[in-house]
Amino acid sequence: MKKLDLLITGVGGQGVILASNIISEAALAAGYDIKKTDTLGMAQRGGSVLSHVRIGRQVYSPLIKEGDVDIMLALEKLEAARWSHYLRAGAIAIVNNHTLPPPSVSLGNEQYPTDTAITELLKRRSGYVYFINATSRARELGNARTFNVFLLGCISPFTPFRISVWKGAIARCVPAKVEKLNHAAFDEGRKEIRGIRLRQGSM
Amino acid sequence: MAQMIRLLSGNEALALGAYHAGVEVATAYPGTPSTEILEAIARFGDIYAEWSTNEKVAMEVALGAAYAGARSLVSMKHVGLNVASDPFMAASMTGVSAGMVVISADDPGIHSSQNEQDNRHYARLAKVPMLEPSDSQEAYDFIANAFDTSERFDTPVLVRSTTRISHSKSLVKPKEKRTLPSRKSPFRCQVEKYVMVPAYARLRHKSVEERLVELASYADNFPLNKVTWGSRRLGVVTSGAAYQYAREVFPTASFLKLAMVYPLPENLIRHFAAQVKRLVVIEELDPFLEESIRALGIKIIGKEFIPRIGELNPEIIEEKSRSIGLLGNTPLRQRVELPPQLPKRHPRLCPGCPHTGILFVLSSIGQRTKTAKSEVRATEELGLIITGDIGCYTLGAYPPLSAMDTCACMGASIGQAIGIAKTSPASKVVAVIGDSTFLHSGVTPLLDAVYNQGEITVIILDNRTTAMTGHQDHPGTGVSAQGKETKAIQIEDLVRGMGISEVRVIDAFEIKKLRSALKDSLSSPDLSVIIVRGACSVRLPRHSEPMGIDTKKCNQCGVCLMLGCPALQSKGGQVYIDATLCVGDACAICRQICARQAIALQSEIGAIKS
Repeated sequence: MKKLDLLITGVGGQGVILASNIISEAALAAGYDIKKTDTLGMAQRGGSVLSHVRIGRQVYSPLIKEGDVDIMLALEKLEAARWSHYLRAGAIAIVNNHTLPPPSVSLGNEQYPTDTAITELLKRRSGYVYFINATSRARELGNARTFNVFLLGCISPFTPFRISVWKGAIARCVPAKVEKLNHAAFDEGRKEIRGIRLRQGSM
Repeated sequence: MAQMIRLLSGNEALALGAYHAGVEVATAYPGTPSTEILEAIARFGDIYAEWSTNEKVAMEVALGAAYAGARSLVSMKHVGLNVASDPFMAASMTGVSAGMVVISADDPGIHSSQNEQDNRHYARLAKVPMLEPSDSQEAYDFIANAFDTSERFDTPVLVRSTTRISHSKSLVKPKEKRTLPSRKSPFRCQVEKYVMVPAYARLRHKSVEERLVELASYADNFPLNKVTWGSRRLGVVTSGAAYQYAREVFPTASFLKLAMVYPLPENLIRHFAAQVKRLVVIEELDPFLEESIRALGIKIIGKEFIPRIGELNPEIIEEKSRSIGLLGNTPLRQRVELPPQLPKRHPRLCPGCPHTGILFVLSSIGQRTKTAKSEVRATEELGLIITGDIGCYTLGAYPPLSAMDTCACMGASIGQAIGIAKTSPASKVVAVIGDSTFLHSGVTPLLDAVYNQGEITVIILDNRTTAMTGHQDHPGTGVSAQGKETKAIQIEDLVRGMGISEVRVIDAFEIKKLRSALKDSLSSPDLSVIIVRGACSVRLPRHSEPMGIDTKKCNQCGVCLMLGCPALQSKGGQVYIDATLCVGDACAICRQICARQAIALQSEIGAIKS
């Protein structure tokens, strides 16, 4: 692998930073150079959050160049659309099929983009756009909050890390009492993406 | 045992570097992006670490420790150094005994600040050396060097980080353990060195100038400045985060990467410049390096193509370099257009925030509602002027609350309110300030209001923490930076002790009481203080049962949406409460303001849905 640039997007409080920490820990365990940077602004809760993770033999800039993202992991749909121009041609986009309307939308001042509009924006660069019902699937599995780790399971087949490396990274980043729950969410996410790709005949 | 490689943020690396370099005292006031430095170092039990009342005090405590022979570290955000600039300038004059390192974490791009001032200018102003790391490994390494340089030249040393360096993680190979320097003698009386009366200060100024000359010659052989030779057709002078971006954009160019950005290695720069055909400087914000290099008579370009506003990134450097022909015939990268205008997600007050109630009362009180529309507020004299301060509550300036008319810097709300009140007799003036900010720099302006009879109302939002930077303790919490129990300042006692008699302490979640307290205070001609007390909702243990909306009672008036609470949303004209966000009875402000009693606990209205 020459380089892998991942962009994780979402809303403050959803677990963007935890997801990017787990990816970075996995890359560390796999022996790569890593730079990771988070853009939070003043967002304690509810603002846009963006995390760049860059993995390779030697990484200089912590920021990914526009048009260079290999894998996008979006925890919310509007946040996937917002950074769609960062995808490279042929990138993978894994998008949580979940809507968190910003206040301007609730107040009726702005329109939340339609699913079609979001898909079109993402597909400008990538044919590999997957909408995953991660929030509801994680709830079925016992804890809706593990949806971000479920989504990590979905991106895992596109990364060079072994499953044991992923599991170890998850164990180092989540509290011990929810480790099992998160490992289960990861496994189910990995199965989910396999199922989708098999159905599409793209695996 | 093989060296353990760790993935550390710049801030964690700075803290670990200082610890391993034998720091004994660490001080700070929280401020993004510097906060995590003290948080990380306070975890080491064998040093003394404190959250100081403000950056000025933090600087003074660190300086005192350095005088007394202990290596000290003081960290702050860029604007914190403005607050601490007085003792900082003094520290340059007196010098230190043991090493003293001052970390300034700048914020190019204004991710979370009121400006993007370039604190490299402070190095020149104070005539002290400044080091600038470009990743976590350098952050770790440079700190140790900074302590040595500080002791060798008897000067405080500035280390400049930026948001991108402080908040990015990269690999660090740390040393195995902490090494304590041979402890210097305890505090010794050196009146000519430490007492800056004019007679001694004039002598010290001479020492400072001599030190600067020595530092400049040291800079030329400074081991951390690095030249990387590539093609001699282009030479790039750079430092910090800009170096990393430039390396990606110009993979084959020659680089002079400066670790010490003040004073500059003049001979090294001359040598480098003579070896390359074209010389450029790539630096964030001001042309700090550029102007000094040009002053050497060297032909160089920088801000002609690199913007002086905002944070740099590889795209900007690539695009601007192409525009002046630096990238030759390299193929243009394919790009797609930015997505069309998408709904923005401004940061906002959390569900259950103790600031929401009082800000809503301020925004909906008679004098304000008349001028609720921003175009009206911009043209008409305001019946109620609200001066704001630095903290989560600054978010109350955004619609729908729009309950803040100024925000300048820490503690400014009260002084500004006095000035406005003295000149606008027709308006009521309210200053809004948080507890941590009040103790940081609101106490002295409140004394000014007492002394000079400012006819204002000061609202102190007391959530018993420094919330915006991630819940650090302060003199009002009763807990130290290292988790020890200590004395808690009672704000009402402090305020009454200043001689203010009109002091009201109100529960942050009682809308009626907040409204009547505000009305009483505004109708009084005297200086009055309202302390609005309620815990930060992010620290609530677990949410109780959420509120819901009885759709049979709700008439879609939309008043509850004016709270700006993230849990209150609307879809297809019907307002609903996001049960995963609502904190329920711990807040219940929406319930209190609903004229139709349409909001109640979900079980009370039988509207159980997730």
